[in-house]
Order: sequence, then C-alpha cells, then structure tokens
Amino acid sequence: MSKGKYKWIGTRPDRPDGADKVTGRARFGADFNMPGQLVGKVLRSPHAHAVIKSIDASAALALPGVKAVVSAVDFPDQPNLIVPTGEMQVNLRDITRNVMAREKALYEGHPVAAVAATTEAVAKAALDLIKVEYEVLPHVIDVADAMKEDAPILHDHLITEGVKPAPTKPSNIAKRIDNLKGDIEAGFKQAEIVVERHYTTQAVHQGYIEPHATLASAAEDGQIQLWSTTQGHFQVRGFCSRLLNIETSQIRVTPTEIGGGFGGKTVVYLEPIAVRLSQKSGKPVKMVMSRDEVFRASGPAPGGTVHVKIGAKRDGTIVAAECTIALQAGAFPGSPVGPACWTSFACYDIPNIKVVGYDVVSNRPKVAAYRAPGAPISAWGVESTVDILAQELRMDPIDLRLKNAAKKGTKTSYGPTFDTIGFVETLEAAKASEHYKSKPRAGMSRGVAAGFWFNVGADSSAAAHVAEDGTVTIISGNPDIGGSRASLALMAAEELGVDYSKVRPVIADTSSIGFNFVTGGSRVTFATGLAVVNSVRDMIRELKVRAAKTWGVDPDGVIWEDGCAKPAGSNVGEFEPLSLAQLAATAGRTGGPINGHAQLNAQGAGPGFGVHIVDLAVDRDTGIVTVDRYTAAQDVGTAIHPSYVEGQLQGGAVQGVGWALNEEYIYGSKGRLDNAGFLDYRMPVASDLPMIETILVEVPNPHHPYGVRGVGEVPIVPPLAAVGNAVARSTGIRLTDLPLSPPRLSAAIDAATPRMAAE
Amino acid sequence: MAKTHVTTTINGEPTEFLCDASQTMLDVLRDQLGLTGSKEGCGSGDCGACSIMLDDRLICSCLMLAVEAEGKKVETIEGMAHGEQLHPLQKKFVEFAALQCGICTPGFLVASKALLAKNPNPTETEVRFWLAGNLCRCTGYDKIVRAVMEVAAEMRETAR
Ligand code: FES
Ligand code: FES
Repeated sequence: MSKGKYKWIGTRPDRPDGADKVTGRARFGADFNMPGQLVGKVLRSPHAHAVIKSIDASAALALPGVKAVVSAVDFPDQPNLIVPTGEMQVNLRDITRNVMAREKALYEGHPVAAVAATTEAVAKAALDLIKVEYEVLPHVIDVADAMKEDAPILHDHLITEGVKPAPTKPSNIAKRIDNLKGDIEAGFKQAEIVVERHYTTQAVHQGYIEPHATLASAAEDGQIQLWSTTQGHFQVRGFCSRLLNIETSQIRVTPTEIGGGFGGKTVVYLEPIAVRLSQKSGKPVKMVMSRDEVFRASGPAPGGTVHVKIGAKRDGTIVAAECTIALQAGAFPGSPVGPACWTSFACYDIPNIKVVGYDVVSNRPKVAAYRAPGAPISAWGVESTVDILAQELRMDPIDLRLKNAAKKGTKTSYGPTFDTIGFVETLEAAKASEHYKSKPRAGMSRGVAAGFWFNVGADSSAAAHVAEDGTVTIISGNPDIGGSRASLALMAAEELGVDYSKVRPVIADTSSIGFNFVTGGSRVTFATGLAVVNSVRDMIRELKVRAAKTWGVDPDGVIWEDGCAKPAGSNVGEFEPLSLAQLAATAGRTGGPINGHAQLNAQGAGPGFGVHIVDLAVDRDTGIVTVDRYTAAQDVGTAIHPSYVEGQLQGGAVQGVGWALNEEYIYGSKGRLDNAGFLDYRMPVASDLPMIETILVEVPNPHHPYGVRGVGEVPIVPPLAAVGNAVARSTGIRLTDLPLSPPRLSAAIDAATPRMAAE
Repeated sequence: MAKTHVTTTINGEPTEFLCDASQTMLDVLRDQLGLTGSKEGCGSGDCGACSIMLDDRLICSCLMLAVEAEGKKVETIEGMAHGEQLHPLQKKFVEFAALQCGICTPGFLVASKALLAKNPNPTETEVRFWLAGNLCRCTGYDKIVRAVMEVAAEMRETAR
C-alpha cells in the first residue's frame, strides 16, 4: 500500500457523509419536497412499436386536481445533432423523442404523455383518462432479427454510418465500426491452432436501488430550480436547456444524494418533463419512477452477439485475433459498441487484429451506460475463447495471458500505445495469490478471466476555501456515488498537510461551481481529484503570499510544509512557522479571504486491468451454480481510500456474477418485458455469494500527482467469462449464451448427458 | 373517501395520523410524517430498503397498510441512534465502508439489528440468509456481512 509514502493517502478514515447515511438523514432523490408541489406521472406506451395517431387529454384535464398535461407538442423538436454525455453520445433529435415519444412509440414503456396533479391517486386516475390512438406496427426485439433484410424498420431516416458506399435504403443498423491492426489474413496463416466461437448476451439493468426521481420548480420569471438524483447535474442542466430552449444560466440543478447509478443516471428521463409540467401548472412538480418504470424505460445495458476467432502458435503466442460484435442500441442509435470493440483485445499484445462492430436499433428501451459500457460483452466472448485456447494447449490460463499480456509500449488496435500499465503485475499478483495457489475445494471448479477499461479524464472544476479558524472546505461538482468525497478530502489533506478532519468536502450545485462532466468512466477521483489538488495548490500559493507579507519577505522565500508556511532557508530570515489557522486569523489584514480555484480538462487517465478468479460448483440436476470463492485483482494506481477501492472491486465483481448467472431482460411475443421487477429479474443477494477477496495492485499512473487510476469500471469486465470458464471446466460443456441461469444450464447438461429412460 | 385515524407509537413517540385505507406504511412514514430514512426501492417487498420493525418484527413497510399500525409499536432507522450516540451497527457500517451509495443502508441496519436481537452469535451463512431480503447493488455484500459479524462479536464481548 501507499502508506508510509503518504500521511493520509492510503488510510481508511470514516467518510464525511457517513453519519448522515446511517441515520436516514441523507436526502436522496425522492426525499426532496416543496410546499404546494404536484405529483407528476408518465403515461407509457403499452406497445413495442406503434404510430401515435392522436392524443386526447381533455377528459384527464377535466378531472378535479389535474393541473397540467404534456405530450410531444409541448417539447420543441430538435436538430440531428450529436452531443457527448457520460461515456456515450446522444443525438438531440433522438433524446427529445426518448423523453417523450413523437411520431411513434418505439418500445413498451416509451413515454407518450404526462400529467401533474395534486395527489398521486389523481395523477394515476388522470393517466387512465388520456386517450391515445395507436396504429400498432410489427416490432423487432432481437439484434440478429433486427439486422435482417425484411426486419421492421424503426427509423425511416436511418442509413448505416461507416459503410462505403453508403447504403441507399434505411435499416436498423445505425453504424459499423472497423478496427484493424497488422494483416489479419497473414496472421491467421501463421497460426498453428485456431479457436472460433459465437457468443450471445442479454440486456441487463444497472439495477441501482434508488429509482429515478426529480423535483422541478419553474418560476414565473423563467428561472428553474431542479433537484435530481443524477450522476451529472451539469448534464441535466444542459439537456433541460437544450430540450426546452431555456438559457443554461436560468436553470439551477442541485444534485441530491444518489442511490446508485452505474452509468444509468447519466441521461435524462424525468427532468425535462417535470420542468415542462411545472411551467404549465405554475407549481413545483415531483416525479419518481416506480421500479417497473425503471426496468421498462431506463437503462438497460445492451445484449448482443460476439463472434470471436483467435489464432495462436503451439507455445501459446497469439498471432491473430478477430471479432465481430453487434450490440442492441435500444430504440435509438448509440449502443456502447465502440468501447466494446476497442476493449475487446486490449489486454493482449497481438500483432494482427480485426474488430468489426455494429450498432443496432430494436424495439427496446434506449440503452444507457453501465459500468465499463460494452466491455463486459466483448470480454465474455474474448476471455471465454482465450480459456478454450488454454484448455486446448494444456496451458495454465494465467500463464497463457502472461505470455500475451499488453505492456508499456503495446500498440492497441484502436490507436493509442500504452504508457505505464499494470496488467503483467496484476496477472502475477493473481497467480501468486493464496487463492490461486491452493486447490479448489472438493467439488469446485476454477475459472479465470481478465478485463480492461480505459478510464476517463475530462472536465472538472474545484475550489478550496479557508475558513476563519483555519479549517478548509473543498468544493467540487461531481455527485458522490461511492465514497469519492472521502478520497477528495484525503488528497486535499495530504496536499495541505493538515488533518483529514479539518477538510470538509462539499458537492455544489450547477450555479455554485464551474462545469463538471458526469460522475462516470471512473473519472472522479482522477480528474476531479486533480482539480481539487490544483485548487488546494492555488490556495497554498496564496497562503505563501500572506506569510511573505507577514514576514516582509519575498513569496519565493516561503515554503509550505506540514500545514505551515516556513521560511525556505536561513537566508530568508528566522521566522516561526505560520500555521493555516494563524494565517486564516490574520487574513483580513493580509489581503482578505484565502481561496483557491482550479479548472481543467484532465488528460492521461491511466487504463486499468483486472484479473478475477472464481471457484464454483454446478448442481447437475438443477443447474444452480454455487460460488464458493472469489478473488478480484486489479491494477488500481494508488488506492487513495483502500476500503472504497476494495468496495468498487467487490461491487463490480458481484454485478458481473449476476450478469453471468441470472440477470436478463425477457420479452414476450408482443414485445413486452416479462420480468420488470426484482422478483423476476434476479440480482445477486447476500446468500448467493461468498466474501469477495481483493488484491490491490498499485502501479501508479504517471499522469496524476498521487498516481490515481480510475477503479470503478474494470471489475465488471472479467466476471462473466471467469464464471463461464469455471462452469465450462466444471461441467465439461462450453456454454456460449448468457446468462448461465438454472433452466439454461440444466437443459444444456441434460442435452449433453441423456438420462436413462427410467430415471 | 373518509380517512382513517390511526394512533400508534413511532420510535417511542406516541403518534397520530390520518390516512387512506389504501396507503402503505412507507408512504405515510415518508410523505406524511417526514421520516424519509426508510426508502422505496421497489414497492413490492423485494428489496428491503423500506425495512422497519413492527412490534419487534422485521417487515417491509411497503407491504404494510398504514392502518395496521393502530395500537402497534413502529421502529424506523430514525430511531436507531441514541442522542449523539450511533448504534454500534451504524458506527461499524461507516468504519467498514459497508455502504457506497447508502440507499440500501437504512434497510440493512434495521434488518441487521433485528438479526442480532434474535441471534447474537450468527454464522456468516446465517447473516447472509437473514439479509437475503435486502438488496445492495453497490457493495457486493462483503463489507456489510463483515460489519454485522464484527458488531455481533463486540456486542457479545460487552455482554460478558
Ligand atoms: S420498497 Fe419495500 S421491499 Fe422494496
Ligand atoms: S450501498 Fe448502494 S445499494 Fe447498497
């Protein structure tokens, strides 16, 4: 650990928001209220694909207590313009249609209208009174079906991007991506063994426990206030501004505490509707999704198909690798097929690579980012195939990966060449772990897989203030989703040389701090951390000026050490050190308040690698998988607050285990989601799991003063294949379709081992 | 429809409220009594974020009608700390980083306290099965289970 080198970094103090969160005092999205507020509710399409011929809200409006109804006519149409949001891109023309259906309803759950009423009961009754005339169209749910020639077309204007010559007819394929490195044909010619498989995965939901919620208050003078549970309140402001044609500075968004997001809260669903209802009714409007709505109309992460072919020498050297990935975008273009492609072979130093990706629309909710968007899906295919290769070559799966591991200087298929990375160190740490060195317990089989994520930098702003008594406030603008306030305060305390308890981190609303990109891409501790460090440095510069003034010396003659200004050397003069508290007490006489500021676009987010090991047993009768032991090793840069770093590894790994074993969107023949609840959409619970052991491999990122790398995304990448590889080794059957749920697994076991008729 | 008048005790305080026959206890706690510490994650009894105690029994307040509180004793997360003193479970959850986003935390704390009242010496498996009614999507449960086990051990130590 980094302890020893640092005083605060690498320690595990209580988080600043701890007491609030364990007493129920912390206020999440649904916990904000305003006097006189109305309840907003959304009417959603019951059809997977239908033309909206007319909407008649007169009966609803006549119901006592109903104060406003909105539908697409209340939202200005938007240009065909792509803007970045979180780790994904969105088209304004599409996003306004996703918020409120316009010409067509494109998935079951698609908002068609919304009401604001005095009570929830009245609002619900009003929804029933809105008459929508639909013309139901044929729908398509599956990616493979959506790509067929005769598939129902969602968007008449959609011409596949990235294909030359451009197609003349619209299709459901929004985009094709090509990544090439070396000469793929020549590469496969050198191969002595080739493994090729076709894999599928299903859509899964981010599964945050807190449903989307917002409270909007539009005043008569045009000013808007919003409280929202979001990973990016600046994005909420930006979207509301664009979608409703309101000047950005007229909107003030305060982020509430956020009950999980995992990427799913980087987009807007309710906010523009709530603002519009508030404008029309003249009252504050609160909107909270039900769990059913969360499943049907927010998230999910895509399912898709991955076709992988890997060629190697007999000694395990991979010489060529190819994969084709098609991902569900949902009803509008924009699946994470890009990152799925770019991450696919990023773990390995392979001379010849070909990757092709397709972004495919179908009648499902528009996908949103989910932890390392796209990467778990391609890793499911690639890491399963690497495991088959290891089995066929009779090589240890970690040794095979070590033989081909990407290192500093490896050129990726998507362009960049790696700087200092820690994949080899992580593989070695996994190999040296007590878990890997000991045999699986009786009846258990072991699986291993690796994973990669780029990590993100981007825009952050921060400020630091010294109070009159010398305590410090650091102000940033990223919602804290998993303990980032603690990490920011630790870095500020380290930089300032003061006690962690003297630093209070605050997350400001959109009007109280400069712009910040979303909490996502594992960027906050890296990029916003950098902004906080720089704002503290800016403050220290000012503190030195004040000390210099007090002593009557040049500011260059002052250094900052252990929370005090000190003379740089005896040539400056003999002065007693001036503490932060002393300098704060005299600030009025030395130039007024002492603050620091920083803004930046952070570059050099160090990529991260993970290696997971799982021991599990398969019940051959029921197909139930029991996970016995799990270890996640990861290159984490520097673990600022190790407990929260471990927490990211553990939480991500378990989400991946859920993805591997149970979670999936199941559609009926009418294109309606059959399992929109936690009972039927089965996420892991405590009794499904063992402890999740973690190995933090610290290979500092050279582009951050404390060596920070993002850590949140990587851990969801390896588990799908790690679990699949263990199941394959346990049963002797290589399943290529996720999830490995009891019905699917037992059916596969039955098919492979026909039972005696009498049994 | 006329509202029903309910007399109950919440976190030791005699409390009265008026509610519709169809209102859940969770809605009354959150919307009428301002006790927003209990959370709604699903409204269908599947996530445990709304866990409360009703006459010393652990229940999902989203599945309980508010009128059922009549004459009963209700305890919520807001009643867990005493004055300035956090309950040992509350302290340990913070110390062990047993929460990330914290939305599930009130439910887990109420459920864990109920477990320790029933079984002061639970095995890891018992903790995991008792808490299987509470969903946490952030932590993978590891640190939650460790915190509960540790508090159980400490409470046994003090009780000796
Ligand atoms: S809200 Fe009651 S169990 Fe989920
Ligand atoms: S800490 Fe986020 S759901 Fe448990």
